[in-house]
Parts: sequence; structure tokens; C-alpha cells
Amino acid sequence: MTEPKNMIPGKPLSIALENCAKTFADGTRALEPLNLSINAGETIVFLGPSGCGKTTTLRIIAGLEEPDAGGRVLFDGEDITSLPIEKRNVGMVFQSYALFPNMSVAENIGYGLKIRGESSAGLRTRVGEMLGMMRIEKLADRRIDQLSGGQRQRVALARALAVRPRALLLDEPLTALDAKLRDTLRLEIDTLLRRLNITAIYVTHDQAEAMALGDRIVVMEHGRVAQIGNPRDIYQKPATRFVAEFIGTMNRLNGAVRNGVFTCRAGDMPWAAAPADVSEVLFRPEDIRVTDSAEASGLRGTVAAAFYLGDRTRLFVEVGETQPLVVESTARRDFAHGETVGLQIDPRGLLVL
Amino acid sequence: MKNRWLFSLQLGFTLLVCAFLIVPVILSILAGLTVNYLVGIESGLTLRWVYAVWDGYRDTIFLSIGLSLACLVVTLLIGIPTAYVLAKRQSGLTRAIEELLVMPVAVPGLATALALIVTYGSLSGFRTSWAFILVGHVLFTLPFMVRSVLAVLMAIDLKTLEEGAASLGAGFIDRFRDIVLPNCRTGILAGSLMVVTLSMGEFNMTWLLHTPFNKTLPVGLADAYASLRLEIGSAYTLVFFLMIVPLLLALQAFAQPRQTKFVAEDDHHD
Repeated sequence: MTEPKNMIPGKPLSIALENCAKTFADGTRALEPLNLSINAGETIVFLGPSGCGKTTTLRIIAGLEEPDAGGRVLFDGEDITSLPIEKRNVGMVFQSYALFPNMSVAENIGYGLKIRGESSAGLRTRVGEMLGMMRIEKLADRRIDQLSGGQRQRVALARALAVRPRALLLDEPLTALDAKLRDTLRLEIDTLLRRLNITAIYVTHDQAEAMALGDRIVVMEHGRVAQIGNPRDIYQKPATRFVAEFIGTMNRLNGAVRNGVFTCRAGDMPWAAAPADVSEVLFRPEDIRVTDSAEASGLRGTVAAAFYLGDRTRLFVEVGETQPLVVESTARRDFAHGETVGLQIDPRGLLVL
Repeated sequence: MKNRWLFSLQLGFTLLVCAFLIVPVILSILAGLTVNYLVGIESGLTLRWVYAVWDGYRDTIFLSIGLSLACLVVTLLIGIPTAYVLAKRQSGLTRAIEELLVMPVAVPGLATALALIVTYGSLSGFRTSWAFILVGHVLFTLPFMVRSVLAVLMAIDLKTLEEGAASLGAGFIDRFRDIVLPNCRTGILAGSLMVVTLSMGEFNMTWLLHTPFNKTLPVGLADAYASLRLEIGSAYTLVFFLMIVPLLLALQAFAQPRQTKFVAEDDHHD
């Protein structure tokens, strides 16, 4: 990627949603009233399962949907709720890319500038810059149906950025690609957004993508915001059970605390800082460690399945709960099916929700 | 060698069917070029009958060409926006409209023509003008234009393409001109050729709608076969073929899907 200096000149945009709800014509409530401030230059990721309202929120910001009466969308404090998308000057990347099949790659990238009446010399220069930035100079004259998925993605990004948008909106831009390419492009998009210092709104259902890209993540469920926070907070201090289980893997143990000891079917474990009235604790696979069953005084379980992944072994340990515990072990040893193992949980990783 | 037998049998049958269909065409063309049909081809070949058709029925040829082009203009102006709206707003109502549009094709042309005459026959200026025939032709050909444009519009993700264009600053007119029209070009071309071909050959409705001063080619053809020498009628058919076959060939060419030369593979190493 060439240095995109001055690629997007000007101060980044701040966006505010005030009381934005969306009810569709058939009566479906896609979005409950939402209030949200998006800071200038930040990358905010809307994360959630399908139907959670994340795409609707993005489309309201873009101007492709209007919020229900009473909702307002503000760009740098200015009310632009009634402005259609073509007047908002936002760049948008669609899940299906929406590249125009009747135009070449260069024509696609230059289309927004052509509409704005840019001179043909200026248009050529800008398209050249964009092709260079996305390293797709060689594709300039290709037809869209001659491009691979990854190439289409780069063209879509170049096209959205060519018009120097005030903000970049991305709707599941990597979903249509295979896993390996997704990783590569995720890194590219991350680098690009940071260098451009552009306000970016990114919608995804992939939590790894959200964690990697977001300055802040908005986790959504059933048209409501479940939690807003930076990736670390979302992962380590989930506000609700939904967030805890949607992001990463979460283990669960039912039991009770008495005199600083948590007791469950798998055994006892000391927990000095336990809050009162605990009936269930949650924790991540990386906060649990396999110990030698002989020395274990605490929890124990039997290995239900073990998957050797190279750098670690992923174990499913039966502890008498409805779900086996997921444990990541880096121990250089084999685990036999049915083997009894001792388990030790880092108390700092215990969550009560 | 059982397969070979079967193949020969199938080939023979196919050729027989082809001959059944094509021989009358060839005979008819030959009849138009034969000096005396009753004597047969030995009487010699001549263009005399073709000239006779040109002398007697020139006007019908020009009327048919003019009518089919006018019909094309009208179906383009009505059909493309109709297809666009039907594609954009999929609902029970639009599906009903789509079905209703096909009615004039399903209902016998005679019935449609009679309905037009009953309704507008008293407007004598209109009744005697070629515009009256045009109305019938538009009714008959419009569904073919709408359907072929609609099929293309439904096959592309029109909504997202338009949203993409809008996000780049394109208003409705820009989007319609730059995105919608170019991307349904194949449908428009196929529909246009269909409309011109059908309008050129339409006989059922035109037979009732025409006046002695407004004869189209197929009406003139019926007239020639009914009242003149068989050779003249056949020569007339030949003229019709010369007009319609290039259109049909073009229709075939455009109906073929565009070949993609290659699609690039994703490069995982960059």
C-alpha cells in the first residue's frame, strides 16, 4: 500500500444518533430507540447476530433508511436526517460490493468523481492514486466479472474512498470471502483506516473481526444495544450474558459460595473475593488450567474430547454440567478420552452476570 | 454397434422433421421465383413476381416497417419504466399487474381487435389512421418488452447497485441513465427485436383493425394469396423472409449469454 497521505483531507466527522428507531412497513421493529455518539476519526464496529439491527443502524447513518419519527442523525452537530444518501458524502462498501458490471474497474472507481463533475484530468489522477493505494493498478481496465472476490473488495474500497467521503461505512465487507483472505484483508482495512484517520463504521457478525478493527464495539441484540465498549472491556467485562456468550467462548459452572469457597459438582475451589448470592460463574477457556489429577485438591473432570491444534490442545472436560468445559492446554502431553484431570481456575477470570 | 444404430435412427428422425418444416418454405420461395408454378421449375426462374409485389404492395412494406418502429418506440417508452417499477416493488399488486400485462397475448387477437373497434370505432379519424393499428400492436408486444427487461433486472441485484451509485452521489436520473439502463441493455435489445419481429408479422388483430388504405405486409400477403397468382403471393412471402430473417438471427445472437473469459483467483500471499 502506498502512503495515503492527504488521501482524505479535512477534519474527520463526528456522528450522533438521537433516539433513532426503525419500524418497517410490515410492523417489524428492527431497531429500538438508539442514542449513540461516534467520535471523529474512530472506528466503531456494530456486532451482533443477523436481525440484531446492526445493518439497519448503518443504513440509517448512510441515509438508505430513515429513522422513525423523532429520530435524528447528526453529522458534526448538523441535523442531516432528511438528507438522502447521495447528498451525505459518505463512502459505502457493501457486502456484495455493488460494483457496476457495465463499467471497468477504473470507471467504477471514478464514477463518484464523474457525478461530481470532476475534470477528466483530476479524475484520472485520483483514480490512479486509488488504484495505487489498493495496489490494483494492473486491474484498471478489467471488467468486474473478471475479478476475484478479494480484488472486488479492494475495488469497492477504492471506489468508496475516491470521493473523499466524510465517513466510511462498511457493511459486512469480508463476509463473502474465504477465511484466509478475510484475515489478510482485515489487516489491510485496519492499516488503511488508521492511516486515513477517517471516521469508520463497520458492521459484522464476526467477533474476531470486531475485536481486531474496532476502537469501540457496539454489541447489539434484538434491535437493542447490549454493550458499548472497547474490545478489552467487551471481552473481559461483558455487561450481559448475551455479550459474554456471543464474544469468544464462555464456560459456565453452577454452584454456591460458602466461607470463601465455591462449590459445584466438579469440586471445591477457593474464591476469596466472591460476591454474595452466587449461583453461577462464567469464565474463559484461557483462565482455566489443567493440573495433574493426583495433586489436584480443587476441581476435577474427565476428558470428553481432545483436539490437538498444534500450538495448544483444546479439551472438552465433563464436569457434571449440561455443557462440558472448554479448556485450552499448552501442556506438551497427550490427553486420553475418559482421563481424569484436575482443573484450576484463575479467580481473576471469574465473572458473575 | 447398438449405439450407432440408435444414433442413425435419431438423426434420420430429426432430418425428417426438419425437412417437414423447411421444404414448404423452400417450395414457397421457389414458387415466387418460378416463371410458371403450374409448369414447374423447368419454366425458368424470374424476378418478375418480386417486381410485381414491389409495384403493387410497396406501401404495405413501408407501413409495416414504420409501424413496427413506432411500436418499438412506444414499448420502449412504456415498457422499460414499467419493468423497472415491477422489479423495484415486488408485491402482490405488481405481480398481478405483470400477469395482466400478458392478457393480450393469451386472449385471441380477434377478441382484442373487436374490443378496440367497439370502444374506439366511432372516432373515425382515429379508426382510419395507422395509429389505430399501432395501439393493437403495442397491446400485443408490450408484455414481451416488459418481460425481457424485467428478467434481466431481476437477475442483477438492482437495489444494491442503485444504492452503491447513490452512495457515490448519483441522484435518480444519474442512476437510471448510468446504472439501470446499461445493465439491462441485453434485455432491452432482446425485447426490441422481439417487438419489431412480432409487430412486423402480426396478422390476427391487424386483419380487423386495418382499412383499405392501411394495409400492413401480412394483410397484403393474405390479400395477394386470395386474389392474385400464387407466384405473386409466394414472391411476397420471399420479401417478408428477407425482412424478418435478419431480425430473427439478431435475436438469436443477443439471446446468447455473454461469455466470461476468465475469473481471477484470489492471491493469498499479498
